[in-house]
Amino acid sequence: MIDWTPLLLTFRLALITTLLLLVASIPLAYWLAYSRNRIKPIIEALVSMPLVLPPTVLGFYLLIAFSPANSFGGWIDEHLGLRLVFSFEGLVLASMLYSLPFMVHPIQSGLSNLSPSLKEAAYVLGKSRWTTLWQVLLPNIKPSLLTGIVLAFAHTIGEFGVVLMIGGNIPGETKVAAIAVYDEVESMNYAAANSYSIVLFITTFIILLLVYLFNGGHFKRSWL
Amino acid sequence: MTQIQVKKTLNAAEGEMLLNVDLQLPPRQLIGLYGKSGAGKTSLLRILAGLFSPDEAQIIVNNKTWIDTRKGILLSPQKRKVGLVFQDYALFPNMTVRKNLLFALSKGQSPEMVEELIELSELGDLQHQLPPKLSGGQQQRVALARALVQRPELLLLDEPLSALDQEMREKLQQYLLRVHQAYGLTTILISHNQEEIEKMADWVVVLDAGKVVKQGKVEDVFDNVAPEQLITLKGTLIKTEHSAGGTLLTIENGDNVWRVLDDEVREYQIGEDVRVELEAKEVKIAKK
Repeated sequence: MIDWTPLLLTFRLALITTLLLLVASIPLAYWLAYSRNRIKPIIEALVSMPLVLPPTVLGFYLLIAFSPANSFGGWIDEHLGLRLVFSFEGLVLASMLYSLPFMVHPIQSGLSNLSPSLKEAAYVLGKSRWTTLWQVLLPNIKPSLLTGIVLAFAHTIGEFGVVLMIGGNIPGETKVAAIAVYDEVESMNYAAANSYSIVLFITTFIILLLVYLFNGGHFKRSWL
Repeated sequence: MTQIQVKKTLNAAEGEMLLNVDLQLPPRQLIGLYGKSGAGKTSLLRILAGLFSPDEAQIIVNNKTWIDTRKGILLSPQKRKVGLVFQDYALFPNMTVRKNLLFALSKGQSPEMVEELIELSELGDLQHQLPPKLSGGQQQRVALARALVQRPELLLLDEPLSALDQEMREKLQQYLLRVHQAYGLTTILISHNQEEIEKMADWVVVLDAGKVVKQGKVEDVFDNVAPEQLITLKGTLIKTEHSAGGTLLTIENGDNVWRVLDDEVREYQIGEDVRVELEAKEVKIAKK
């Protein structure tokens, strides 16, 4: 019988990361979709960096930044009592950065593809930006939101390099399933590695399949 | 009384163009804003609605200043009592017809107005439908009703009927007029269709390259071409080609062949007799 803790930890990490990322990405995507600020290309490039950067590079810099010996990590440790290296909290923050483009890009393109007259019509009807965002814009990009949520969730499950760099391999705290697979293979325990792998393989396949079915209109779109 | 003074440099296809408009509009009238595409009509409307910032402007509607750039007053679109019907209607696809209208209510406003508009616009049977399921004409009626929920002091219509076929267009022209009169609105209707403006407007403003070139009562603005400067060509339609600007017609009469661009969407049949009226700006005659 395999130890289920790494799998449960993986899904807990993915769930918390996705929720926090959703909250953070909506304002960021909104700004990227509508702003004409000159620094926008720089922010866009930064948001997309995790797509191309080796996860170990991101993990390495986060390790340096989060280290209590350095100013940022030290400040967090001192003022918020949070230790971000080799801890679950640190993993959540790192995962949010690592999966940022997967959440931001679909929401940003969803908003950009809406007719600008929807937003303008709401403004002319006297509605605030906030009301317009919640009642007009977001309800009309539900497929994009779903795509962002699912991709960020699935991408966090697939995380390995970043976790290895800043989380390490602490059972129940930072040892997620992807690390557990690596660990079991290292100790020649192929059966256990296979058990973790097959659960991840099937879950991610089902999640992605559901997204494509939903967004392809194969289910009745009563939720839209 | 509505006073509009607007200056704005626009980036048009042919380079920069200065929109420079100074207008006094009588209240409770339907004002036709007429001009070719690119004349600045939509930009002016967007400035009035607060969706586009002018370089310099003073706009006063019923004694309330909406913009005065010299005094630094600039009301957001939310604070102007303005109704706007977009060319693409801009109905919220996630809300039913009824919810589109309810959403338009201002804080604390009683929903009675929504009931009244649903009845007036004959939307009762459609009120629980989602907008994408409606026809163009039905969406148009919803968009107009939604623009009226807050009882605007200025109603702006941006080519509201241009996407509809002739029959629906005529029906909705009547309906627009009825609503305009029922609520005693000051309405600005943008159209590049002279016939439509003639049928509906009390007062016409003709905009060309950002300037008001003519304004006045419909009969004064449109009917001032001397009869000797009106030339009518009659012939048989032998060919039609669709182009970006409209339909290119080839008309034949004996040895004469003319090619004329019609900028409206109309059904033509090859072989039918047509009449083309031309207004000459200047007539030059040479002896052969």
